[in-house]
Amino acid sequence: MSAAILVQASTASTSPGDPILNIAIFGAFVAVTMVIVFRASRNNKTASDYYAAGRSFTGGQNGSAIAGDYLSAASFLGIVGAIAINGYDGFLYSIGFLVAWVVALLVVAELLRNTGKFTMGDVLAFRLRQRPVRIAAAISTLVVSFFYLLAQMAGAGGLVSLLLGIDERIGQSVVIAVVGALMILYVLVGGMKGTTWVQIIKAVLLIAGAGVMTVWVLAINGFSFPALLDAAVATTGNPAILEPGLQYGLSDVTRLDFLSLGLALVLGTAALPHVLMRFYTVPTAKEARKSVVWAIWLIGIFYVFTLVLGYGAAALIGPEAIAAAPGGANSAAPLLAFELGGPVLLGIISAVAFATILAVVAGLTITAAASFSHDVYASVIKKGKASPQQEVKVARITVVVIGLVAIVGGIGANGQNVAFLVALAFAVAASANLPTIVYSLFWKGFTTRGALWSMYGGLTTAIVLIALSPVVSGGERSMIPGADFAIFPLSNPGIVSIPLAFLLGWLGSVLERRRESSDKQTEMEVRSLTGVGAEKATAH
Amino acid sequence: MGSAAPDDRPDVASDAEPDIEALRTVQNSPRFRALKRRHRLFVLPATGLCLAWYLAYVLTAGYAPQVFATPVAGSMNLGMVWGLAQVATTFAVTMLYVWYANKHLDPAAAEIRAELEPVLAGAGAGANGARA
Repeated sequence: MSAAILVQASTASTSPGDPILNIAIFGAFVAVTMVIVFRASRNNKTASDYYAAGRSFTGGQNGSAIAGDYLSAASFLGIVGAIAINGYDGFLYSIGFLVAWVVALLVVAELLRNTGKFTMGDVLAFRLRQRPVRIAAAISTLVVSFFYLLAQMAGAGGLVSLLLGIDERIGQSVVIAVVGALMILYVLVGGMKGTTWVQIIKAVLLIAGAGVMTVWVLAINGFSFPALLDAAVATTGNPAILEPGLQYGLSDVTRLDFLSLGLALVLGTAALPHVLMRFYTVPTAKEARKSVVWAIWLIGIFYVFTLVLGYGAAALIGPEAIAAAPGGANSAAPLLAFELGGPVLLGIISAVAFATILAVVAGLTITAAASFSHDVYASVIKKGKASPQQEVKVARITVVVIGLVAIVGGIGANGQNVAFLVALAFAVAASANLPTIVYSLFWKGFTTRGALWSMYGGLTTAIVLIALSPVVSGGERSMIPGADFAIFPLSNPGIVSIPLAFLLGWLGSVLERRRESSDKQTEMEVRSLTGVGAEKATAH
Repeated sequence: MGSAAPDDRPDVASDAEPDIEALRTVQNSPRFRALKRRHRLFVLPATGLCLAWYLAYVLTAGYAPQVFATPVAGSMNLGMVWGLAQVATTFAVTMLYVWYANKHLDPAAAEIRAELEPVLAGAGAGANGARA
């Protein structure tokens, strides 16, 4: 969603701050993280080091990295802007992103850490037929990562005009290419260790920056949240900003659409491949649990900050001024930073926004590369006979290819309305991955056919429904403005595709005569709950 | 710099064939069944309740927004309180699960693991020797 909101206003003119200062602060971030990535990469020896950072991070470190991976520019700029302009509905949106972590904590994190090795495919294929299930898992991983990646890269283009004052398309393309090249370098050199450190540093900067601004906004209002709300209502002259409805409550269709989006968010998070892969970077299931606990606290506190910042921006700057600024809704947080702390605070916040994109795309890229190399190359093409060295080499080549595709795709999508891509990524994850994860872990009768029906059925339904929805055609802001083949009224497919994928998983399993290996079921169940035979940390 | 044991076996989950008899004995043991029951007893209802609580929140916001507009204290309305309550319940369930897992799941899991791991290590040493 970030991307689109960002891109929406790429008619921008100039940045309110000092672009040179913004670039200098971002440059310092890149320099510091690069040194750390190079130092961390000296221990990258095995496949486990490259994909899973030797499983050597603590729960606290990994939890911070998860927050860094998850809180995209959308969460910060997008939600603050949405609250500043649409009031309560922006907050409503952020709640789904947080509650979703309960599913990750209770259902997925520990069982996944105990049974898998590097990728989501390890868990999905554990007790089913390896080749078909791994191929399906890899396809789903690549699709989700690609959508998410494209949205982030296109969002970088919108950020450039907002924060650096670069309005020409060619200049924005250069910045997208630079972001992509930096990302390739981080992931190529640092592997999962380097990626994790970038995410940790970014999470600390982002949450600290938002925290400072939050305290500042509250201090202006006598440390009273109701006083802040009063000030926001006074500036906007619109008491409706304190209630739901400004953004989502227009008609029955938009209400249903929000319900569909809410389902995708709350069920998709725990099935995002780049989130799942982070659980392998800790030594034990208990540390995986601690990671999620840390992540929940950090993410929850962060969204409370965005609530204060959103109403703070509404009170101190006002929705009209925000909507008129370059970047539109996305400029709320930067404008608030400028209002509070002048060009220096704006520079810091701008650098954090770029660091955010960088950290998120790095996490997506290593996940997609690991899935291709581990699930497709090593397990399917080489039938498990590839050496770890070959596998890591293929992963590194894949990183470069994905990075280049992301740069070209990001430049191409710059200026397009790609907001739906992030929501679609969540919907695909919830439809294609979650049913199979849940069934594998909790239902003895689940079979390979059930997994394939559920994964391909969920994936295809989600994508076809999006193609037939108003985001692609038939509306004023559709991707193809002239055409109209929008026979599906909602812009998020989750409400149809998620139940359908659960149904297909059940149906495929009960219709399959062939039973799965009960030995594997035994092994998976004992292993998932006790950690017997789970992958160990490498000793350094 | 631990270059001592670079892991050279192919990186596929199904490479080692563990002692299935030992695993099956554990799976059918009362102790493991109790662990599984205690795990599901918390995880499934807690997930269901959290999702239902969230769904109630989203549905009320969409279809009965006037409920959210109910004033609670000054400019704080029920919607604001309910939204923050969603955050608070998420934190509460998280900490409750940590307490529950520490008390009712981890000790049993550690006990079974401590007994089973030497057995499996002995049996699977050939296929799985590189594990440190």
